[in-house]
Order: sequence, then structure tokens, then C-alpha cells
Amino acid sequence: MQAMDTQQTRALIARGKLKDTLFAALGIICLGIGLLVIFALVADMVIKGSERLNLDFFMNFASRRAAQAGILSAWVGSLLVMLVTAAAAVPLGVAAGLYLEEYARRNLITEIIEINITNLAAVPSIVYGLLALGIFVYTFGFGQSILSAGLTLALLILPIVIVATREAIRAIPAMIREGSMAVGATRWQTCRYHIVPYAMPGILTGVIIGMARAIGETAPIITIGALTFIAFLPPAPLTTMNDGATAGLFDWVMSPFTVMPIQIFNWTSRPDPAFEVNAAAAGFVLMAMVLTMNGVAIWLRYRLRKNIKW
Amino acid sequence: MFNPSKLALALAGVSLFAAGAAQAQVIKIDGSSTVYPITEAVAEEFQKAKKNAIKVTVGISGTGGGFKKFCRGETDFSNASRPITAKEMEDCKAAGVEYIEMPVAFDALTVVINPKNTFLKEGKVDELKKMWEPAAQGQITKWNQINPAYPDAPLKLFGAGADSGTFEYFTEAIVGKAKSSRGDYTASEDDNVLVQGVSRDVNAVGYFGYAYYAENAGKLKALPIVNPKTGKAVEPSAANVENGSYQPLSRPIFVYVKAKSLEKPEVKEFVEFYMKHGAKLTKEVKYVPLPAAAYTGNLEHVAKKKIGTVFGGKNEVGITIEDLMKREAKM
Repeated sequence: MQAMDTQQTRALIARGKLKDTLFAALGIICLGIGLLVIFALVADMVIKGSERLNLDFFMNFASRRAAQAGILSAWVGSLLVMLVTAAAAVPLGVAAGLYLEEYARRNLITEIIEINITNLAAVPSIVYGLLALGIFVYTFGFGQSILSAGLTLALLILPIVIVATREAIRAIPAMIREGSMAVGATRWQTCRYHIVPYAMPGILTGVIIGMARAIGETAPIITIGALTFIAFLPPAPLTTMNDGATAGLFDWVMSPFTVMPIQIFNWTSRPDPAFEVNAAAAGFVLMAMVLTMNGVAIWLRYRLRKNIKW
Repeated sequence: MFNPSKLALALAGVSLFAAGAAQAQVIKIDGSSTVYPITEAVAEEFQKAKKNAIKVTVGISGTGGGFKKFCRGETDFSNASRPITAKEMEDCKAAGVEYIEMPVAFDALTVVINPKNTFLKEGKVDELKKMWEPAAQGQITKWNQINPAYPDAPLKLFGAGADSGTFEYFTEAIVGKAKSSRGDYTASEDDNVLVQGVSRDVNAVGYFGYAYYAENAGKLKALPIVNPKTGKAVEPSAANVENGSYQPLSRPIFVYVKAKSLEKPEVKEFVEFYMKHGAKLTKEVKYVPLPAAAYTGNLEHVAKKKIGTVFGGKNEVGITIEDLMKREAKM
């Protein structure tokens, strides 16, 4: 009887272990499929585009000759649009998240606002493009500029930033707040010196996830009128322009522009197959840009977490 | 005390006012994706010749989208793969935008089939109509329904998306009414999608601009089109477009310039550059250039401010280069 029991137990354990191994294997396979797809995509782009991946490619403007065409206006445009997007979305998103978590009273109205913010995250990007065309481009008169594009993408990622901010703030233990208030700090001081610094790593993650989505967006940018052929850069601050005038600090925000996804899209739709090589190379550069952004986010998060002493 | 943030604010204020002035020297062009390669080539060469002193931007909004912007006065030039329509003429008039019409090249709309297709030797307009007319939707699904001599094989159709000038022209020329087409076919604004589709399916037939065929001639076969007047099947080619025998799928393509913009010296210079080098660059991007007289005629129209269109707001099928030249000369 006793022997039987031990045997049964062993069998039970063995069965459990087998299931464990099977599940682990399944997990690895799932992970492998995902990684393989990404790897295949990147490898395909690198192999196809490798001959174009040199310094000239980054320093040349678009051209009708595939071998001379480059992505200078596209990557500069993407970078500047992202700058405007971050400058608009981060303060707005963090402030909104902070208000909802720390200041707003829980009632029906805040409930409705919260549901709508989550909903906004699911609105197709083209809808933001149409909205922005009406508001930024025409009503506010920003025209087809970097400013319009940056603000459009800021709207697009605002829900992501708000939700990330709120999640990050919720993860801060209540005792921090209580401790701060107990020594006489006002709500503002508590936010300023405790809540925001401690939530920063989480907020940053949200911001970067949002920006990584925004940098690949094409539809809303096309809607507001990004260009396809543009062989000059926005005026750099305080430099002399062609007409002899000096560019103001923020002249570049009103400049026409193009971005990486539009350049890639244009190249894939051209009759000459040689442009597909350019598209692959530019696709790889865009992925590298996203990867760099994620890398910076991870590094910043790590740096900021080190300063949190609780 | 010195406050850097205040200084920055002041500078920002100044720079916002300067922004308006900075935009003035940009020549703005938008419109058709069909005309885009030519205008892009001209813009590229123009900027090179001017050592980048004058800035040119070219966008792709489609012919209709381009005219919308043009008639709101936002652009200096509009690329168009068909003449301006009556509705667009009204819009322009309402906004006080006057324009000069400049034909810049001819395009041969090309009907393509898979190179392995052995039964189709030529394209007759009535057979193409049977394939593409709205009544064919859901009804004509096999090749032998078009002609009993063709095999009992599924008919796979690839065509332009409904917003393009190409779609408008093809339906007008083949079906007889612009934008009147069956809807159950693979439609794409991206012609490379159509190239891929036809090159992979023996039973496929598709249509797009000649440049896409020329660049992919190894993967596709162009169908000679039977000229309804002569009854002869004619290959799409530069020579056959020039001599007017490739009909009814030859079409002129245009650039419209805003009359008011011509007051700016850089815009005038750009027009002159376009007309001087247009023929050479047109050939380079695989379109059919017009005779030299057409380009000088355009310049004359610009010099004499001949405002308006020679098409009266209608899209016409079967215009030859010769017809077009006569009409432009009469204006």
C-alpha cells in the first residue's frame, strides 16, 4: 500500500514536470515565431537594402534616379516632427494624467472622461488626420507644416501618455503621499517632489511607446499634406537663408516637410524596381530609429530608477 | 537679473513673424501621381541649376485632390492626368484663381496580361468593355463568357483605384462613361500592386500608365489595342502615340499654373525651365514628349496670359497629339 502511494506520487510529479516542460517548449516556440518573423523582416530589408546603406544615402535628397536618391529630408523631417510631438504630448499628457489621479474627484464626469480617453487610443489614425486638417491646417492657419504634423501626432499619442502616466502614478505606494502630506506639504509640493519624479520611469516608457507608434504613422501625415518631393531642409535656427534674412529660432516649425514612412511609401509605388532597394534600406533605417528610441527609454528608465530610494 | 527663458520667448515671438516671409520663396506643386515623375524630374534639375536658391516641393494628392488645393489658392502648380472639370473650374472661379493650362506629355494607358497568356492576341474595345462595364459585376467571371474562343478559365481583373485620373480615363474610353466600372476587381492606387498581381496570374488582365509597363516589361505583356477607326491592332509605344494610331487609350497630361503666381520671378523661371527641358526629362521617365512646338506654345500662352482650358470642362477620349496642338494653337 505504502509502496503504491510513493509510486503514484512519483507518477504525479513526473506528469506535472512533463506538462511544465511542454508548456515551456510551447512558450519558446511562440516566442521563436515572433522573433523569427521580425528577424526575417529585418534580414530581408538589410539584404535588399545593404548596397544603399552608406553615408550618401543619409545625406542626399530624394531623386528620380534610384542610385542617387537619399533620405536626408525624410529623416530630418521625422526627427523634427517627433520633437514637436514630444514637446506637445508630454506636458499635456502628464498634466492630464496627474490631474485625473491626484486632483480629480471620483464622480460620473471623471468616469466618463476616463472611458473616453481609453476609447481615444483606439480611434484610427486617419481620423486624427482629418481632424487636424480642419483644425490645425485651416482654422489655426498652421498650413502644411512640421507644426501641424507634430501636433497631429501629439493628439494621436496623448491617450497613450495619459494612460501610462496614470498607471505609473498608481504604482506609487499611498504611504509616500501620506508621508509627504504629514510633514505639511501641499498637494502641489507632493506632486512636484514625489509623485512626478517617482512616476517618471513609467511615464517615459509610455511616451516612448507612443512616439514609436507616431514615427511610423503615414495616414494622418498624408492627410494634412506632407510632401513627396522636397529637396531642402527646414531653416536651422539663426542661420542665414537664401534671401539673406536670418532664420528665427522657430522658423523650422512652419516649414514644409516629408517623413520616413512617406518616403518609403513613395519608393515602393514607383515604376522603376530599383527604388525597392531604397525602400528596403529606408525601412531598415526607420526600424533602427525606433530601436534607438526604445534603447534610450530603457537607459533613461534605468538611470531614473536608481535615484528612487524606497 | 538676466532671464534666459524670457529671451527665448521673445525670440520665439520674433521668429513667428519671420515665418511668413520664409515661406514665400517656395514653389508649391501638388496633384496627380501620373504626372509626378515628370514634375519631380524637372524640380530636381531646376533646383540643381539654381544651386538650391529656389525651393520647389511636389506632393501627390491625385488629380482631384491637387485641383482642390489649387482652387483654394494653396499651390502654384497643379499636376493633372486629365483636363480640369467643369466643377473644378467653378471652384477656381469662386476663389478667384485663374490658371493657364499646359499640356506637357502624352501617356499610353497600357492593358497588360501575363506573358504566359497565349490566347489573347489583341484587345478590342468591345471585349474590354464586356470585362469592365458595371453590368459585368458578378456575371462575367470566365474568359469564355467574353469570347467563346477563349478558354474556360477564371477572369482576374486588376485596375486603378476609383480616385485616380487613370480610372476616370480608362472607364470613359472603354465603357463610355467616366467612373462607370464594375467594382469586383482588385483595385489599387499603387500600380506596383497591379504589376505583381498580373505577373503572378496567367488569367489576369490589368491596366495602368505606360511607365509601369516599360519598367516591368520582362514580367508583363502589353496588349495591342485595336484602333476602332482603322481596325488595326496597335502596340503601345512612343512612336504609336506620336503618330496617333494608339487609340483610344492615349491621353494628354497637364500642368496647370496659377496666373497670379506667374508674377513671381521664380515661378516664371520654373515654367521656362519646364518647357525648355520638359521633352528630354519626359522621355527619361518613360512618357511620350510633345513636339517642340507644344512647349513653345505653352510659353506663348504664359507670356500672353491665355487663361483657361481648351477642353471646356470635359474629359475627351481619343485626342491625338495633332488634335491637341491644333486646339492649343487656336486658343
